[in-house]
Formats: sequence, structure tokens, C-alpha cells
Amino acid sequence: MCLGIPGQIVSITDAGRQMGMAEVSGVRREVSLAPVADRPLEALVGEWVLIHVGFAMAVIDEHEAQETLIALRELGEAQEALEQMAEGDRALAGVHAGEGTA
Amino acid sequence: MRYVQEFRDPKAAQGVLRAIEAVCTEIGCTADDPLRIMEICGGHTHAIFRYGLDKLVPAGIEFIHGPGCPVCVLPMARVDDCVEIAEQPGVIFCTFGDAMRVPGTRKSLLQAKADGADIRMVYSPLDALELARRNPDREVVFFGLGFETTTPSTALTLQQAKREEIGNFSVFCNHITVPPPIRALLEDPHMILDGFVGPGHVSMVTGIHCYDFVADEFGKPIVVAGFEPLDLLQSVLMVLRQIAEGRAEVENQYARVVPEHGNPVSLAAIADVYEPRPSFEWRGLGEIDASGLRIREGYRAWDTEAKFGIGYGARPKVAEPEGCACGAVMTGRMKPVACPQFGRGCTPDTPLGALMVSSEGACAAYWTYGGARAVAAAE
Ligand code: SF4
Repeated sequence: MCLGIPGQIVSITDAGRQMGMAEVSGVRREVSLAPVADRPLEALVGEWVLIHVGFAMAVIDEHEAQETLIALRELGEAQEALEQMAEGDRALAGVHAGEGTA
Repeated sequence: MRYVQEFRDPKAAQGVLRAIEAVCTEIGCTADDPLRIMEICGGHTHAIFRYGLDKLVPAGIEFIHGPGCPVCVLPMARVDDCVEIAEQPGVIFCTFGDAMRVPGTRKSLLQAKADGADIRMVYSPLDALELARRNPDREVVFFGLGFETTTPSTALTLQQAKREEIGNFSVFCNHITVPPPIRALLEDPHMILDGFVGPGHVSMVTGIHCYDFVADEFGKPIVVAGFEPLDLLQSVLMVLRQIAEGRAEVENQYARVVPEHGNPVSLAAIADVYEPRPSFEWRGLGEIDASGLRIREGYRAWDTEAKFGIGYGARPKVAEPEGCACGAVMTGRMKPVACPQFGRGCTPDTPLGALMVSSEGACAAYWTYGGARAVAAAE
């Protein structure tokens, strides 16, 4: 919950709500770009950002992103974040979390 | 230095460790009279144990594990409030997964869910808002929890809910802030700390000047740090250098991510939506002035406390379970292994205290990595 996970912004999905699609370790997830929208949204496409609970909190360089991902994997935090994203998707689909995940 | 080989850059780690040893010798700190450095953030606690940094640094340095795990400091009465809200008919209760297993007096959220309450683990408060959009006939509550790192996410979500006039959504606000407990610890005469490793991702939001008082008023060094092992070692070295040179300053080791003045959008959203409570209870630490946030009047329609008539402090305070030493561990007076419940009544599968629940809690970190290290040391 407290450590962010790096992802790359691949497209803008809803300019009005400042939402974009991020790719996080091969998983796609819509995130809010509001905290880093100090520039035109289009300029964020291709950038790496640090994502906390669905919000892009800082733009980081690609090298930093890769190093951070390695560290998060070692700490087991990357896996945890990805599982939480999947859990969130299930919650939205109306499936009660935990069911059918074994 | 047997664990150094685990680092991606063992040479760099060895260089920093040698520099740390040299400064320790210069300062003259020893195992009997160590420098006590508090890492505030639970993510740092986790990393320190994962890489065995507490064993790598000279014996003249002792890490004191700070209160920076939001799940661990959540008062039990608030968990009881959550369960009560979640059990009301028509409610969809959304939470980060970390909070599911925190014990309440009656039950945890996990047990409440097993008993039939509609509790959903979400990744983001935006998922909860989306659930409210899709379920207009249900009341969706998001359990807002965490420090300045997660506070912007619920603030921005509440602003969105207000803009779209989504009336069946609210946030149960339990956000807390980092500087007040640091001040409380510094003012505690039993707590002798020589310096701090400051939280990286919290500071990404707040910037580094919220810690000025640590240096200016209390004369202690504080270095904002990244969470990779080398970041942590470098930060410890920076703290030691300040001590050796008689300086007390706020320094930023993690400048590649932490801007001096934080994230303006996030800070503005927090200020718009939240205001400090007069005081808030921290598990193991007690009430701390202005350390918790509540939702401002302008967002009252999205405030779970107002909607469900749950005021803060309405419930009598809950005493810690028998034999649980969470308070002493939290304030660095006791090591987790010294708690009579450690590994007996209390394990990550059956946590008695909150410090055993989250991977960022000191007890869970000891449990997970302590065993493996003891085996390695015996080789
Ligand atoms: S071992 Fe359990 S009861 Fe003891 S201090 Fe740690 S979390 Fe609390």
C-alpha cells in the first residue's frame, strides 16, 4: 500500500477525468494522471510513472523504473501490487474477492 | 558481510559499509553505547530485514523501528467501526487488502466477510467510486487508510465524487500524518534517538520541509531515503556524517523521486478535502495531537462518519490483548522476539497484534526474515 510501483503510460483514456492506461509489469491498468498533470496529458504517453493505489504520483526515468521494479520484486511487493490490481478488477466485476482465486 | 552478495551492486554496498564503519569509529559508538537511528517508514523496516541491514552495519548502530505502518497503528476501535458499517444492509464496504486481517474486538474484516458482509478488496479508491457508479442502489464506503502517500488518492477521489455528484459514495477517513508522531517521540523523555531515516514515498507528496522541526527544534539529523538497500545504507551514512560533524539538517538522499516541495496537485487536494482532527489515537502510542485527518464540512455528504453517525472517539478505547507488547515494540523499548506472544499466540497466520499483520510491521518482518537468517548464520 505504501510503496509505489512503476508503470509506463501507453495512452490517454479519458482526458476529462485525467485518466490514462498504464502498463505495469505486463498488466494494463487504468490510472489517474491528475498528480502529474502539470503538463499536457499527451506529453505523458511513453513516460514512466510511480503508481500508488491507482494514481500516478511522480514521473521517473526509465532506469529508475527498472531498478525500482527489481527491488520491489525482491521485496515481494511487486507481486502484491499486481495481485491487488487483479483483486480490484474482480471486485468491480462483482465477484466477491477471494472466490475462484485458488 | 555474507549478505552483501545479495545486492545488485555488492561493490558499492561494501564501499558504503566501509565508510559507515570509519565514521562509527570516528564517533566512537559501540554495541554497549550505540547510536539509535529510527527508520520511520514500514517499507524501510521491511527492506532492513529483507536484506539483513541491521546485521550488516557495525554493532555501534541500532535501528529503532518507527510507527510508519498505517495498518499497525490503527486503533482497534476503528476496526470495530469498520465491521459495524460493513454489516449494515445495503452497504458495499471497500478496503485495501492490507487491512483485512487486522483484529478487531469482535472480528476482523476478513471474518465479517466470511459471515456474509459485502466487503471488497480494491486496489484503488477509484475502484470503489466505480462500484458506486455501477450500483446506484447500494451505499459504497471506502475505508481511507494510510499516510500522506495514500491521502491524495482519497482526496482526489472525493473531489471526483463531488464533481459527478455521486451520492452513494463516502470515505471512512482514518488518514494519519507522519510529522506529529515524530514530534511525540522526540518529546518523550524515555525515547533517546540520535537521528532519523525519513520516509521516501510520503516525502514525494509532502516534500522535505515538513521535517525541518526535527533538525531546527530538536537538533537531530534526518535523511529522506529510497527503499532499496543501497539507498538505506547511503542514508545511514549521511546521518552518521551529520552526527560526526555536529550538524543537524534535513537531507534528501532520494532526490531522484522526492522533489523538495512535494507534489503540488496532491497537496492542494489534501488541503481542499481534509483538515486535522484535534487528536487521533495511535495503537501503542496513544492520542497524538493533530495527527489524524477528517473530512471538511464542504465534503460532508461524502463523509462516512456523518452519513452513518459514527463520530471519532465515540467508542470506548480498547485495551490491547493480554500479554501483547505491541506498544513497547512500537516505541522501540522492546524487540519483537522479546514479546511473550511472538511466535506463540501471535504469528502472521493468527496475528494477535497489528505489527504481525502487515509485511511492513516490525513483528512480521522479524518473523519472516529472522528465521531464515538464523539458519544462514549457523551455516
Ligand atoms: S508479537 Fe504480536 S503481540 Fe507481540 S508485539 Fe508483536 S504483534 Fe504485538
